[in-house]
Amino acid sequence: MSTDTPAPTASTPERYLAVQRSDEFAGLRRALRGFVFPMTVAFFLWYALYVILSAYARDFMGTKLFGNINVALVFGLLQFVSTFVIAWLYSRYADRKIDPVADRIRNEIGEVTHEHGPRG
Amino acid sequence: MSMVLAAEAGDTTARNLTITLFLVFVAVTLAITIWASRQTKTATDFYAGGRSFSGFQNGMAIGGDYMSAASFLGIAGIIALYGYDGFLYSIGFLVAWLVALLLVAELLRNSGRYTMADVLAFRMRQRPVRTAAAVSTITVSIFYLLAQMVGAGALVALLLGIRPGTTFLGMDADAAKIATIIMVGALMIIYVTVGGMKGTTYVQIVKAFLLMGGALVMTLLVLAKYKFNLSSLLGDAASSSGKGSAFLEPGLRYGVEVAGNATQTFYHKMDLLSLGIALVLGTAGLPHILIRFYTVPTARAARKSVLWAIGIIGTFYLLTLALGFGAAALVGSEAITAQDRAGNTAAPQLAEALGIDFLGGDLGGATLLAIIAAVAFATILAVVAGLTLASSSSLAHDFYANVIKNGAASERREVAVARISALVIGAVAIALSIFAQNLNVAFLVALAFAVAASGNLPAILYSLFWKRFNTSGAVWAIYGGLLSAVLLVFFSPVVSGAPTAMFPEQDWQWFPLSNPGILSIPFGFLCGWIGTIISKERDEEKYAELEVRSLTGAGAH
Repeated sequence: MSTDTPAPTASTPERYLAVQRSDEFAGLRRALRGFVFPMTVAFFLWYALYVILSAYARDFMGTKLFGNINVALVFGLLQFVSTFVIAWLYSRYADRKIDPVADRIRNEIGEVTHEHGPRG
Repeated sequence: MSMVLAAEAGDTTARNLTITLFLVFVAVTLAITIWASRQTKTATDFYAGGRSFSGFQNGMAIGGDYMSAASFLGIAGIIALYGYDGFLYSIGFLVAWLVALLLVAELLRNSGRYTMADVLAFRMRQRPVRTAAAVSTITVSIFYLLAQMVGAGALVALLLGIRPGTTFLGMDADAAKIATIIMVGALMIIYVTVGGMKGTTYVQIVKAFLLMGGALVMTLLVLAKYKFNLSSLLGDAASSSGKGSAFLEPGLRYGVEVAGNATQTFYHKMDLLSLGIALVLGTAGLPHILIRFYTVPTARAARKSVLWAIGIIGTFYLLTLALGFGAAALVGSEAITAQDRAGNTAAPQLAEALGIDFLGGDLGGATLLAIIAAVAFATILAVVAGLTLASSSSLAHDFYANVIKNGAASERREVAVARISALVIGAVAIALSIFAQNLNVAFLVALAFAVAASGNLPAILYSLFWKRFNTSGAVWAIYGGLLSAVLLVFFSPVVSGAPTAMFPEQDWQWFPLSNPGILSIPFGFLCGWIGTIISKERDEEKYAELEVRSLTGAGAH
């Protein structure tokens, strides 16, 4: 296929393949997966620990810490804290490391479309 | 004698006030719906509210869509009757949002258009995948709808003061419940068919503020009664429950240890783990939640809306502690189970008790009860509207336009079909919910979560992250997860073979767990994997397009 007369629709898949194989996109994918995969494993294990302790470590969960506040309640409240903290960390990370790269790649793709768009 | 009269006067006031407040809510939301219908011109308006909502607005609407009767009535009821175990729901329902935030929301927003199936079918053959996704969307939504309708029925019996043997307007308790269910169903059909996504979203935003306001006021009153000392609230709840400190520990409702019966104990523990896993993995597979991400313009706004949602939902679930333990301490489990065996009326009964204390006398009790009951009705209405919209969108966009018409339906016809679908789905939900009146609504919602996590989540995650995934894999994942979840529920003690079952007289139960998640969710993932590797189909170009679009937002609708 000649490069100066590409039908926009025909060139679209190749363009996406080219973008997908670019180093810049690989970096974006790495940045995203490098954060969300380990974080998902971490919060899932932390939550699973809570559920498993609720099922099998009743004595430990029932230990009173102060007044009528026991380990089970504190453990449950810590799940709230960890959820809020992870959400905040992700939002900060995405603002800094994901959005700028995604915007740049999107704009590059947009320019290509724009060049060919009027002709098609 | 005079006490009875006073109580009756209080009842009448509560009734009238509730009906008035509820009518005000209905009038306001109908006005919004009609206003929204004038702004609804294109299919994008109907399905996705024109993608014009801000992250904050959508975050509130997600809260309104998510904090259902299960959260308000169901969790408060389980905590009030069984103590700590109800808190497990609050935690699971909240932590689940991290799956949606980290893995699904933004990628889905970037690559889809109107429904969950847009993403699942993106690089697959359209017809089989969209058919499967429509079946799954409707099944999950109907389970969820059941829960809301049961909540509405329980509420109205409380409000009208109808107990077995008494009547209201010539209706006994059962007739009044059915009348309420039909009315709720009719209203939700109007919201959806007239207002579309735009109208529904505003209804949910209004409801989120009402529910937060109601829950905050009740929490403050409960805490004020205990001089803001959580420990003494818990102590009082434990002692009036008659179960002592066990009431504050896990184990009264889930994972119950049966002395001398190791098998039963094992099943109970597995049921607890199963519930835990279904709660945390269900949210990101709920179609009515997923389509909310399409109402904002960008992936960044989708992320913002999830962050707002986590904030408001997390705050609300913290309040359920005060509502549940407050009801245990101030109303008591005897009074709660006398009204509703499953505990669904604990929160409004707490409102009545608080009203008597703080506003003075039966009239005060009736007033606060009326306000909270109206909030609960608003809660139910908003959620059923969201569910109906999700399933009718899927029927029209996935099944009618893309399967029957092969993508050649006009926008006008597609939206017309969506409106008709809303009617049909509303009618089915009304009919089914009449059979589920004995079940706790939080528990019913947990089943919907299990079905969503088994049927939808594996296909969504594979679609977004696994290059090799294909049509066969998607179809296997959806049907495998969906069927295993639904069949296991059907043969579980929830449906038959137990005094609390939907059909207590029948017995075809053989599956011992009441939540299927621990088996059906891994089974869904396994089916998706098997279905994928037995098919040779692979489309690298389409995957490249999906991956680039989902990560960057290029070409997003």
